[in-house]
Amino acid sequence: MSRPDAAIAAPRPLLQTAGLEIAYVSRDSTIVAVRDASIVVHEGESVALVGESGSGKSTIARAMLGLLPEGTSRIAQGRILIDGQDVTAYSPRQWEGMRGHPVAMVFQDPLSYLNPVLRIGKQIAESVRRHDRGAPREAARVAELLELVHLPASAARAYPHELSGGMRQRVLLAIALGCRPKLLIADEPTTALDVTTQAEILALLKDLRQRLGMAMLLISHDLGVVWEECERAYVMFRSRIVESGITRQIFSAPQHLYTAGLIKAAKAARNSDNRFETIQGEFSTAVD
Amino acid sequence: MADAPLLVLDQVGKTFHRRGSTPLAAVKSVSLTVHVGEIVALVGESGSGKSTLGRIALGLLPPDSGRVTFDGHDLTGLSRSAFRRVRTGMQPIFQDSTAALNPRRTVRQLLTQALWQNPVDVEARCVGLLEDVGMRPATRFLDSYPHELSGGQRQRVSIARSLAMEPKLIIADEPLSGADVSIRGQVLNLLLDIQDQREVAYLMITHDISIARAFAHRVAVMMQGEVVEVGPADQVLRTPHHAYTQRLVAAAPVLA
Repeated sequence: MSRPDAAIAAPRPLLQTAGLEIAYVSRDSTIVAVRDASIVVHEGESVALVGESGSGKSTIARAMLGLLPEGTSRIAQGRILIDGQDVTAYSPRQWEGMRGHPVAMVFQDPLSYLNPVLRIGKQIAESVRRHDRGAPREAARVAELLELVHLPASAARAYPHELSGGMRQRVLLAIALGCRPKLLIADEPTTALDVTTQAEILALLKDLRQRLGMAMLLISHDLGVVWEECERAYVMFRSRIVESGITRQIFSAPQHLYTAGLIKAAKAARNSDNRFETIQGEFSTAVD
Repeated sequence: MADAPLLVLDQVGKTFHRRGSTPLAAVKSVSLTVHVGEIVALVGESGSGKSTLGRIALGLLPPDSGRVTFDGHDLTGLSRSAFRRVRTGMQPIFQDSTAALNPRRTVRQLLTQALWQNPVDVEARCVGLLEDVGMRPATRFLDSYPHELSGGQRQRVSIARSLAMEPKLIIADEPLSGADVSIRGQVLNLLLDIQDQREVAYLMITHDISIARAFAHRVAVMMQGEVVEVGPADQVLRTPHHAYTQRLVAAAPVLA
């Protein structure tokens, strides 16, 4: 039975959190790292989670793939849904089947996530083997992935330490893509890279998103990058989402004082006293 | 006297020889001047040689060729004691404030140590220095150890220690790299205040073009051991001439 209006249905949420609260628990204290966080990422979208250190953005990112430290962290409230499935209470075993597809992740420091004693071709192949069962020729798929991330075929024989930072990040991307993800969570993927390398990696990510129809959740503190790469953004401050919406709108007319302060600080603009704008008062993150 | 040359790097070169590998020319014949009261930004990516140049300027690394002149003194060939005296006019601030402070010394001890040249009124001067870097009330911090302070506070203590020597030039190597965006403004404002009060010149080594443009009077762009472009900060970064500078500026994400 065809439904004429099905074609114009809203894009599906690939990833969704509802009223999420996450705490880090130790014997003497409980620190709430994330409060009442509701986030959604649809197919094909590029969304940013913006915040400074301690805002909770990395905690949310890790929670979304079950990467929070077991035992010392707790999802106190709320739900996480991936492709409509409630994964909030997933066991580590259940997560194993979930990671990579439909959601994959890349991190800031590729060297920490690559096996130093395995050639990268083997590491990419490992990803293909786990998620692309039935791929006719593993080697062909690895070559395809290397090409997707613009790495030369010869890179397959290299060890991680033999590659530059930018190349290692491309390897992480290839491994993530080996799972054919619908959504890529990128946690500060270019922070450790030179600005020209960063531009290349961001261009690559854009190219991949367009070619593969992949959605992206970008975790970043760099407002310039967010402005250029993400249609929507959530701004986090000290565990809460303080503002969210279309990037262009948030940045041109921020509603929240913290967002406004962050934007001014990011622009490195000088005020009337010829001094840089800082975030004062209650929205200052300075512990001074 | 403003505009007089303070630090002059004259055709400075440095090559590192590595066993089992080809020699690396980290710095190839670089000439650069920082004048009294000026802020010069040395901009480059990793491997450009900017940090090596900074260490040569500070006298931490001897150049293979060329000359480093500070306050009229040729640093090469000075006796140890003469070098120490001249060098106090030039102080560093490093990227990693944690590594820069002896973890087994209190703030008071760290600052006292920096006042070695003239140990008079030490306690009062320590208090004054902490207040100059915005750490008030100073008495709260004097007995703290570095690990008891936040990253921003450690950075301020490093700056206070540099100020203790009453330098004419501060060479800062990526002093803002670890800091959150909202903290950067505070550190930069502090450096500007210090310049207003003490007429200190800065050589700021950074990879961040927006900081260089907003903070510096002049910018020198380094690529693979050479300065490829130098000029007024706003001019060089708004209308870059050299292809590499153009690439750098184009690559930097801009918040419109």
